[in-house]
Amino acid sequence: MVPDRIEREIMIAAPVERVWEVVTRAEHLGAWFGDAGAEIDLRPGGAMVLRWKQYGVYRCVVDEVDPPRLFSFRGAVTADTDTRDGNSTRVEFTLEPAEGGTRLRVVESGFDTLDVSPDERRKFHDGNVEGWAVKLPELRDYTERAAT
Amino acid sequence: MTNRNLLAANQRAGEVFVALAEPTRWRLLGLIASRGGGTATTLAAEVMISRPAVVKHLAVLDRAGLVEGRRRGREVRYTVRTEPLASTGRWLTNLAEDWDQRLAAIKRIAEEG
Repeated sequence: MVPDRIEREIMIAAPVERVWEVVTRAEHLGAWFGDAGAEIDLRPGGAMVLRWKQYGVYRCVVDEVDPPRLFSFRGAVTADTDTRDGNSTRVEFTLEPAEGGTRLRVVESGFDTLDVSPDERRKFHDGNVEGWAVKLPELRDYTERAAT
Repeated sequence: MTNRNLLAANQRAGEVFVALAEPTRWRLLGLIASRGGGTATTLAAEVMISRPAVVKHLAVLDRAGLVEGRRRGREVRYTVRTEPLASTGRWLTNLAEDWDQRLAAIKRIAEEG
C-alpha cells in the first residue's frame, strides 16, 4: 500500500532544550524551514507563518506543544492558503535525549486526506495519457522506499 | 532548500493515496496490471466480491487517474496508468529529501549554538 507518511530522524550533538529552541522559535524557523522569516504563536491553536522569498507565505496551525519533547502543527500544502481539512498535512517533531545529545524525529502524515480541486482533477485527466507496460510491484516498492 | 509548494504542483498525489488506502483496490489494480486489462465482470469473478462493489472501486481508481476505461460493447475495459504512481513516488522522494535537508539545517544551527 502507498504509505501516507514520511518519517525521518537525525542525531544532534546538542541538548534537547537547545534543539527545542531551534525547532520552535520564529528566528530559527525562518531560517531552516522558510527562507524569509517566520512567526509563531507557540500554543495549541496558535498561528504559524512561514515565508519563502520565491514561493510566498505558508500558513500553519500549531497542534501540540509539550516542551521540550513534542511539537506538532498542521499546514496547508499550497501557498497563501488557510489551513483546513483536505488541504493540509500534519508535521510532528519528537525530541529525545540520547547519548551525546538529542535524537530528533519528524513525521509528516495525512497525505491520504488531501483533497483535490475539481480543476486540478480535470487538468490531471486531460493530461498525459500514456500507454504503459506495467511494473506495479516495482512502483509500489519505490513509493514505500521513498517514504521510509 | 526546496519547498512545501512541491505539494501544490502535485496535489493529485492526495487522490492516489486515497485510492490506494483500500487493500481491495490495490488487489484490483494489481490484477488489471498483471492481466493487461479487465472489466468489472472479470475482476469481480477473481476477487470474489460483487460486481457493483468492483464498479465502485474502479470509479475511485479512475478518479485518481490510476486506471483508464474504454467501452467495448456492453462492458468497460480498464487498463492501468502508472504515471500517477510514479509521480507520487517522486513526490514522496522529494518530500523526504526536503526533510533530510531541514533536519540537517536544524542540526547545524543547534550545534553551532
